[in-house]
Amino acid sequence: MTARIQVPPSAKRGDVIEIRIAIQHPMETGFRLDDGGRAIPKNVVNKLVCRYGGVEIFRAEMGSGVAANPFLDFFTVAEASGELFFEWVDDRGETGAERVTLTVTG
Amino acid sequence: MLKNFYRRSFIARLLAICAWPFAPARAADAAGESVDAMLFKVTGGARIQPGRVKLELPVLADNGNSVSLKVSIDSAMTPADYVKSIHIYAARNPRPNVANFYLGPRAGRAQVSTRVRLGGSQRVLAVAALSDGTFWSATADVVVTLSACYDAT
Repeated sequence: MTARIQVPPSAKRGDVIEIRIAIQHPMETGFRLDDGGRAIPKNVVNKLVCRYGGVEIFRAEMGSGVAANPFLDFFTVAEASGELFFEWVDDRGETGAERVTLTVTG
Repeated sequence: MLKNFYRRSFIARLLAICAWPFAPARAADAAGESVDAMLFKVTGGARIQPGRVKLELPVLADNGNSVSLKVSIDSAMTPADYVKSIHIYAARNPRPNVANFYLGPRAGRAQVSTRVRLGGSQRVLAVAALSDGTFWSATADVVVTLSACYDAT
């Protein structure tokens, strides 16, 4: 599972920065049928956690009501230069992770 | 040999018939719990007041498979007063609890955007739990031309 993450490359201490993440995932609802008429099992990214310098700043629990290729946009206060670590898991237990380095000045 | 084969398929069919009444039960997580029951789990029975939450959805969505949703809460987001969680419900969806977001004082701004699926025109509900133990809500009406979920393609 690949993801696209948008974080400003640098920010001033105390600034509120916007974080955007889009994960490539079908988000199968479990209500669709395949060509043979069999139900395609539900498989959605059910949990995503974002940690900033090791501290959890955002967590999302998602269901089949979230559109395919889930997109999330949220905010955090730039406190210190460090790593934003994103981790997510789908119903099949497949996990994905991504790291972004944020430089904080001032 | 042939007789044995018939017996096997007969037993398999018999088992399938016996299991049939339980099949809808497995799908029950789809429609089982009402939104009120889900809200009770979040609030523990506390009163949900309208206000402080802003839920933005398009008035008209051509395609229910992907509808942009933005929820923001009027909160200072300080360690003393912040939004703990945001819960989104779409009552006409087969699974009404669309998403839950957990924030903290470090969020700086209580705002989350995403894209949701909507199974028909409906009123979407957003509930926010604040650190002071109060709950606030907002609703948004959306007309969906082409509903998600029921289209097999």
